[in-house]
Amino acid sequence: MSHLFIIIAILALALVGFRMGRGRALALVGGQARRLSSLPVYHGGYMLLCCGLPALAMVIIWLALEPAAVRWLVLSDLPDLTKPLSSDRQDLLYDKIRALASRGTGTAGADSFLAAGASHFQSLKQTSLVALAVASLMAATAGFWFAWRRIVPAFPARGAVESCIRIILIASSALAIFTTIGIVLSLLFETIRFFDKVPMADFLFGLKWSPQTALRADQVGSSSAFGAVPIFAGTLLISLIAMIVAVPIGLMSAIFLSEYASRNARAILKPMLEILAGVPTVVYGFFAALTVAPLVREMGGRMGLDVASESALAAGVVMGIMIIPFVSSLSDDVITAVPVTLREGSYGLGAMKSETILRVVLPAALPGIVGSILLAMSRAIGETMIVVMAAGLAANLTANPFAAVTTVTVQIVTLLVGDQEFDSAKTLAAFALGLVLFAITLVLNIVALMTVRKYREKYD
Amino acid sequence: MSLNALNMRTDTDPMATANIAAKIRAVGVDVHYHDKQALFQVDLTIPANTVTALIGPSGCGKSTFLRCLNRMNDIIDGCRISGALTLDGRDLYAPDIDVVALRARVGMVFQKPNPFPKSIYENVAFGPHIHGLADDRAALDHIVETSLRRAGLFDEVSDRLHDTATSLSGGQQQRLCIARAIAVEPEVILMDEPCSALDPIATAKVEELIDELRQRYTIVIVTHSMQQAARVSQRTAFFHLGEVVEDGETAQIFTDPRDERTQAYITGRIG
Repeated sequence: MSHLFIIIAILALALVGFRMGRGRALALVGGQARRLSSLPVYHGGYMLLCCGLPALAMVIIWLALEPAAVRWLVLSDLPDLTKPLSSDRQDLLYDKIRALASRGTGTAGADSFLAAGASHFQSLKQTSLVALAVASLMAATAGFWFAWRRIVPAFPARGAVESCIRIILIASSALAIFTTIGIVLSLLFETIRFFDKVPMADFLFGLKWSPQTALRADQVGSSSAFGAVPIFAGTLLISLIAMIVAVPIGLMSAIFLSEYASRNARAILKPMLEILAGVPTVVYGFFAALTVAPLVREMGGRMGLDVASESALAAGVVMGIMIIPFVSSLSDDVITAVPVTLREGSYGLGAMKSETILRVVLPAALPGIVGSILLAMSRAIGETMIVVMAAGLAANLTANPFAAVTTVTVQIVTLLVGDQEFDSAKTLAAFALGLVLFAITLVLNIVALMTVRKYREKYD
Repeated sequence: MSLNALNMRTDTDPMATANIAAKIRAVGVDVHYHDKQALFQVDLTIPANTVTALIGPSGCGKSTFLRCLNRMNDIIDGCRISGALTLDGRDLYAPDIDVVALRARVGMVFQKPNPFPKSIYENVAFGPHIHGLADDRAALDHIVETSLRRAGLFDEVSDRLHDTATSLSGGQQQRLCIARAIAVEPEVILMDEPCSALDPIATAKVEELIDELRQRYTIVIVTHSMQQAARVSQRTAFFHLGEVVEDGETAQIFTDPRDERTQAYITGRIG
């Protein structure tokens, strides 16, 4: 709460700086804004940024470093008997001290060194807050004076604001990149722990998936197998079925929308198609499980095929329908963007409409179409809900679309749902699966980018 | 003056028309885009194996007229055409006319070079391919080479026929588009400001090419440049506000225009 006050104070100071900077710039030239090298608002903006940015950055860095510093100070102040403890025990001790401190005054009945630690913790927190308030407000004031002294009519405030904006933009994109790196690292560390328990070759090339962890050595069904091939095969099978449904239908509806439909029809049909993308996947899930799967089973039965009630086909088809808009909407945009001069060139040579589309328009739009297909593909690979409901949990290694299969995402869900120990091979397997899935989509994206770049060189 | 000019025109025109073998003849052509009328009662005769230049200020309807000749206006929504347009005496807008076959006979080169995003070879082979003009690969090779030679481009690109066409310079791209049009063996080539996106050297090359092509083809060229019209054409038609004000021998139009609007345009007073 008090941190919030500090931030509000900094922002208020920055706003005051903005008004004063603008006023000062105008006052210096006697109200004639044209004599300034930059508009008054840029002088104000410069004050705002100088005042606010360093102080806010200081608050953020302080808050990031504070816990570690406090922990170190508290632990180093404890009696010597705690020094030789293992790091796990130290964590526990520190958690106890923090719990004691947050309970407030009630330290009675606790060990004396814990109570001492708790009061030390509290006082450190207080000191830290005051120090932060003083330091950040001083930074804001310093920034204020720095900017104030620089405001003269000739000061190029516009350029200075421009470079500040650049810094903000760089920071924003860096944040996204660091988040990705953080996710990958957290997956990686858990995966390494998993490979301590299960050999990597068993995981990557094993053909049997049966993630159990025995509680007792002589337990029934305690044999576990972490061969990931069947579930990756399942993911591949379902994605393949989905793509077989989505790519032709999506592409053909895109061609219809962009080349054949009248302007009015397109204005109505395109949003309607895009509604498909807005239906919650769980709704698709029960549509697949309750409508499509029985239908597939019945039709298969009539043709004398043995179809499981939860089949890869049902899940794949519904997933394909779900991703049609990804293909059709994006492809429609890129097809529409193909210059009309290319079409006219083709018509002028006596080509029919379909010949023009097939031989001129589609090749020119290919990079965008490939992009839309790969986007749909990564959506299909990552899809969970439909598969959970319609394709089952059995990890069968099969290419038969009528059999029940399972996918990586479904297995991750089932591994992590429920009460689990967080260091068992079963739970850690989820991270390994996640990492491999991430690697696959990454490779897919890179391939997509390379394809697009290759064709762009050819078609531009 | 104006009445006098009109009289002179009606006096001399039938004579001029009778003297030349008409490849394309337009009589009373009106064109509407939705409610807006773009052409008013256009009468024009285009003789075979000549270059006919259509000149006039922007928006005067010369491109619209050009696009009627291979029915490119068909693909524009709300475009209505009435009047008589004939090619070798056959009505272009008769119900039994095959538009695709017509466009193979009347080729077109556009204002901006628009090579397909394919190789140079595939660009030229596109027309022959869709019309089945070549029985085998060797015949197709022959058509491609002949067309590129006639467009004066073969020597520049012979060692990179399979490179992408967009790697060529603007002038080369435009000559490629001409080669692409020639490859389907048209009788008429329509050119819609073919040099407006080109630099002077490329323009000179294309103009030279147009003059050579006259031997084999009937050429109709829309141009904004009166110098260009004077250089490349034998006949000129001046369009103004959707009407043909005057047409005739290029030399006569430029030295001795009968209508004062033509006079005003070529001396730079309107346009």
